[in-house]
Amino acid sequence: MENHNHINTTVNHLFREESGKMVAVLIKIFGAENIELAEDVVQDALVKALETWKYRGMPDNPRAWLYRTAKNKAIDIIRRNKHSTLIDFSDPKKQLLTSNYTLNATMNNYWQENHIKDDFLAMMYACCHPNISQENQITFILKSLCGFSTKEVAKSFLTSEDTISKRLYRTKEYFRKHKIKPTIPGPDAIATKTSTVLSAIYLLFNEGYNSTHADQLIRKDLIEQAMLLCKSLLSSERTQLPEVYALMALLCFHAARIQSRTTPDGELILLHKQDRKIWDKALIAKGEEYLNKAAFGNMISTFHLEAAIAYEHCNAKKYQDTNWVSILSYYDLLLKIGYDPIVFLNRCLVILELDGPVKALEALERVKENKVLQQYYVYHATLGEIQQRLGDHAKAITYYQTAIKLTQSKQEQKFLKDKIAKLLN
Amino acid sequence: MKEFLYIIRGGQEVYEKNSPEEMQKHMQHWEQWMGGLAQNGQLIGGQPLMTEGKTLIDNGSKVIDRPLAEGKELIGGYLLIKADSLDNAADIAKGCPSFEYGCSVEVREISPME
Repeated sequence: MENHNHINTTVNHLFREESGKMVAVLIKIFGAENIELAEDVVQDALVKALETWKYRGMPDNPRAWLYRTAKNKAIDIIRRNKHSTLIDFSDPKKQLLTSNYTLNATMNNYWQENHIKDDFLAMMYACCHPNISQENQITFILKSLCGFSTKEVAKSFLTSEDTISKRLYRTKEYFRKHKIKPTIPGPDAIATKTSTVLSAIYLLFNEGYNSTHADQLIRKDLIEQAMLLCKSLLSSERTQLPEVYALMALLCFHAARIQSRTTPDGELILLHKQDRKIWDKALIAKGEEYLNKAAFGNMISTFHLEAAIAYEHCNAKKYQDTNWVSILSYYDLLLKIGYDPIVFLNRCLVILELDGPVKALEALERVKENKVLQQYYVYHATLGEIQQRLGDHAKAITYYQTAIKLTQSKQEQKFLKDKIAKLLN
Repeated sequence: MKEFLYIIRGGQEVYEKNSPEEMQKHMQHWEQWMGGLAQNGQLIGGQPLMTEGKTLIDNGSKVIDRPLAEGKELIGGYLLIKADSLDNAADIAKGCPSFEYGCSVEVREISPME
């Protein structure tokens, strides 16, 4: 039994890391109109691995075993469909798959390590096509590139399997209709296209990082996958852009603090109450390394600045040591790059720390008509906090109550209710 | 461009004695050579043949359980390609990896459909 558990854990881990790469290679072979076929082959290979390893034990190189199995299945499918219209063999490279003189050697070529890496990256860019909604992008990434089941994706987004299936269908239809050929963009387009990929990765990370999830395992998985995707961009010279390093740094700084953000029961702990001793120092050091590497080129991205802010927090030994002055300057730069009401709100929180509640309230006056903020619970929670500090408890409670209505998260609701309870006592 | 058939004969005996590594190398040569033809839009198709076969003789009244030819004469595979002329097709055939196994290649133009 213990042995079976060991095999299950290894297979799960292997599957998370490798299935997306196998799917990417198979999509290159079968064409983007056959995404399901590619996913089926990978799924079959995994099932075969589980069955075989349970009886014969793990092979010396499970990864190579899995790849070989997927490759052989692909050869079978090609032999069976040589004369059907399922697969388009008109490309000169694919034409070689139709002759027994060249099938095996050509197939081996597709599975060379350097090709696998590029195919995976190419798929990431294809998934993040601007015509595919961001919601559909990350759904598809989780399913096809991160080896999540439909059920796991549904859990990740707190929605039904049905909704996820519909989203996946739409994305696959898009690939089919537009005959998408996944490629890594050329030098002139790489920067803009990479930005869309990075936004998707960041969104994925936030799904795991934000406390809307009670399920700790899903959260951890999402965070790991987002970091893995970002890292894979850094593994290729063509995609080692400053912005990618900056996001990687940001993810490290955030991830380093995960343990301290909630109690074992899942209750929220705010920054000033977090136990800084349990912050992951190795991960912070990694983040610093990435941030240093991000400092080339002549462009400062929002990720650079967000990483710099996160770094200031990680670097403060006590909450009182936080360098609010530099953090404020980073927020100013962020707002210069592009006005964003949420960033503006966060800047007001910095002012609250630096100059106190009166100044913070003054700053917030400027956005009181903003529709996005009106619906954003943090805005009302902030106003509550300001009123509390000004001593107007009745006003504070009203704001907290509005905030409670605007968040879905049980932890956040509990957190706000506790604040009200303290004011009433 | 005209179409040509390459009839590849012989080589089986040598071929079967080869190590897996030699085989793999040989198959890579096929991939490179045919890949070049495919890139130029000159490859139509082609396959190796199994050694077993049946031959019908005496106007189809008699069936024997083997191909007519044996050894060096046995057809081991075929290829269909496009080329400008018979000479050009023969020139291209010089690169065929089957020569690594002492094969012969017969080049024949396919009668055009007009």
